[in-house]
Amino acid sequence: MTTAATMEVQLPLPQWRAEVLTRLCTGARFGGLYCTHQDEDAQLRALLVTRTSVECLSAELSPGADGGLTFPALTPDVPAAFWYERALHDLSGVTPLGHPRLDPLLLPTEPGQLHPRPGHREPGGEVPASDRQGPVDVTGHGVFTLPLGPVRSGVYESIEFLIETPGEDIPHFNIRPHYKHRGIAKRFEGLGVNDAILIAERVEGIASVAHALAFAHAVETLADIEIPPRAEFIRVIHAELERIANHLDVVVRLCDAAGLAIGNARFGWHKEQVMRLVSHLCGNRFGRSVVCVGGVSAAPHMSPPTLHAAIDDLAHRIRADRRALMESPSFLDRIRGTGQLDGKLAASHGALGPVGRGSGFDDDARLHRPYDGYPELPAFEPAVSTDGDAMARLRVRWAEIDAAVDLIQHACQRLSGPVDQDLAVPVDRHDGFATGWAESPQGEVLYGLELREGRVGRCFARTPSLHNMVLFHDVFHGDVFTDFPFIEASFGLCYAGVAM
Amino acid sequence: MVVFFRGLRDGLLTTRWPKHSDTYFDEFPAAVEVLPGNAQRDLLRRALDAAAGCPTAAIAIDQMPKLDRGKCILCGRCVATAPDWFGWAHGADTARLRRDTLVVSPIPETDEALDAVRTELAPRVRRLLRSVHLRHVDAGSDGSDEWEVQALSNPVYDLHRLGIFFTASPRHADILLVTGVGAAGMTEPLRRTLDGMPRPTVVIAVGTDAISGGLVGGGYTGGTGIGELVPVDVWIPGSPASPFSLLHGILLALGRLPAASRRAS
Repeated sequence: MTTAATMEVQLPLPQWRAEVLTRLCTGARFGGLYCTHQDEDAQLRALLVTRTSVECLSAELSPGADGGLTFPALTPDVPAAFWYERALHDLSGVTPLGHPRLDPLLLPTEPGQLHPRPGHREPGGEVPASDRQGPVDVTGHGVFTLPLGPVRSGVYESIEFLIETPGEDIPHFNIRPHYKHRGIAKRFEGLGVNDAILIAERVEGIASVAHALAFAHAVETLADIEIPPRAEFIRVIHAELERIANHLDVVVRLCDAAGLAIGNARFGWHKEQVMRLVSHLCGNRFGRSVVCVGGVSAAPHMSPPTLHAAIDDLAHRIRADRRALMESPSFLDRIRGTGQLDGKLAASHGALGPVGRGSGFDDDARLHRPYDGYPELPAFEPAVSTDGDAMARLRVRWAEIDAAVDLIQHACQRLSGPVDQDLAVPVDRHDGFATGWAESPQGEVLYGLELREGRVGRCFARTPSLHNMVLFHDVFHGDVFTDFPFIEASFGLCYAGVAM
Repeated sequence: MVVFFRGLRDGLLTTRWPKHSDTYFDEFPAAVEVLPGNAQRDLLRRALDAAAGCPTAAIAIDQMPKLDRGKCILCGRCVATAPDWFGWAHGADTARLRRDTLVVSPIPETDEALDAVRTELAPRVRRLLRSVHLRHVDAGSDGSDEWEVQALSNPVYDLHRLGIFFTASPRHADILLVTGVGAAGMTEPLRRTLDGMPRPTVVIAVGTDAISGGLVGGGYTGGTGIGELVPVDVWIPGSPASPFSLLHGILLALGRLPAASRRAS
């Protein structure tokens, strides 16, 4: 259960905009913006995150003279809304008036194409296969566009970076994530909560546990229930193991970019060990189907002392290799000062996870809006650095791996007691709107969930990847082509969560 | 130098599969099987409940239950609902050469058609020997499939020891690994990649998403699997398919599996 409740405030459209801006001036952070349809009515919802809770401000949209739905865009005043307004224009067919650049983001635009309108009862129609050229913004002598993607050169997720360059520098690029758009928002709809949580696990497959947690928290808040204490600790264990695996993956990719074969092999092995540990605990290498609404589905197939010892061994080996890596000048030279994210921008945008914390923005849902077993476990030091470069993000990740190991070991101790409780409580049907959140390895996952007649009416899954990806435009200061893989790896995003 | 010795201290990390057996390979619950349960009426009702509760409708019941591993996302719900009928199948040897053999039932079928597929595939891979290059394309995955494909290059699976490599260019590729549901946006890039490969090609569908669209596919961007977009030779179920299943599938395509795991595939 989440400790802070969600408030939904309904306002008329003009007041809505003024109120959003006021809240943002008085310390709230922009958490997301989306649109939901119910039959022909459309409603805008802005999620605002304060230090201790999440608020939702909503406004009804009414069709204008020509039948189109419009609202005054937030982007001119709230730059963080830039991609959200493009996304809701694509998906819901609502036009933000005064938006600086309303290019398609999640769907290719073909003439006569329908909008899927999430929340609406009808299915989304069909999107034709489109293969249009991307935009070109920079012109001049010797400037050309280098497309990176959609099929990448290694084993990566599909995304397209259109890099406009005179040769070496990267003055500007466009990101087109729409290739692997799967229509996630519509897939949630009409499902019962026990099926919908399986979809949540597949929004970002590498952060399955965090997504399942955020979804479950929303349902549990709505039903106002407490889950059994043992289930809370099992959730923490899986969430933290997922964090270790993800952070090690970032290290592997950084080593790969630097051509460090030994680092690549060593950390690849550690990551495999973590994933095998997860599969020994629950039978799945990604911790899927562990979190269920109301608790967890089964106890770990491993005794708490065994897990404690296994994670201890693992941490010992990781630390030894980390010392060696962080003393390799050929590696450190590549990440020091690379991909600098300005601290002010990180704070005003509300950069999430290690990307934000590497630039001094210390928000962490586990500490500030705690859930599950976190308030019960000893508080950990938030990992923050103010350097803002790829190195700072890596240091934050190392500190988070240490904190995760401690959390898992403490949770193991708490689980060692007598086993006399169920691991899940039944959840009654409750309709209405609630938010739920969890801190994934990439940053805070935020769900805005609306249940109608016991089924999902609209589920907005705000991934940290979508929120952080926009910042990618702003971190190339004199960085060149060969820095690109380092910067991309140091962000550690999941593009499935960007394309939705 | 110090780092070098640290590597030696841990001994050999690499699996000895396929030449020797591997515990993790044998014990990993990579699929669900239909148990030959005694066909009592009240028990069959439980199998019906499991079929109704399956989120991807992977279970069909026609006198005996049948489970389509190409649709199964391994959520384990049927195993919990009807443990008499469904159980975890341990072992990562899940890849198959024909889509219809992914449907498992208690009555094993012996099939000559499989031999025909095998004979058709063999000349295409005969000349590859121990220099096989893989090209991967993500056609709308959830991100986890890429992790498992990447894991093949870590020292535990170490694909290079088998003479198999990843390549950045389709021009050098012999085998195309496709993950993801086959979303509309990736239709063209996928087709262009396959066109760019030298003939003959082998295509492997990786994961339940790629086989049938799984749980997420089938929305307004299509995505009911890549079988309709490209000619698939090997099907590797799993949500996502584990690295050992991938290895099994790749060696199955190359006809290099040890006799024991070749029989059923």
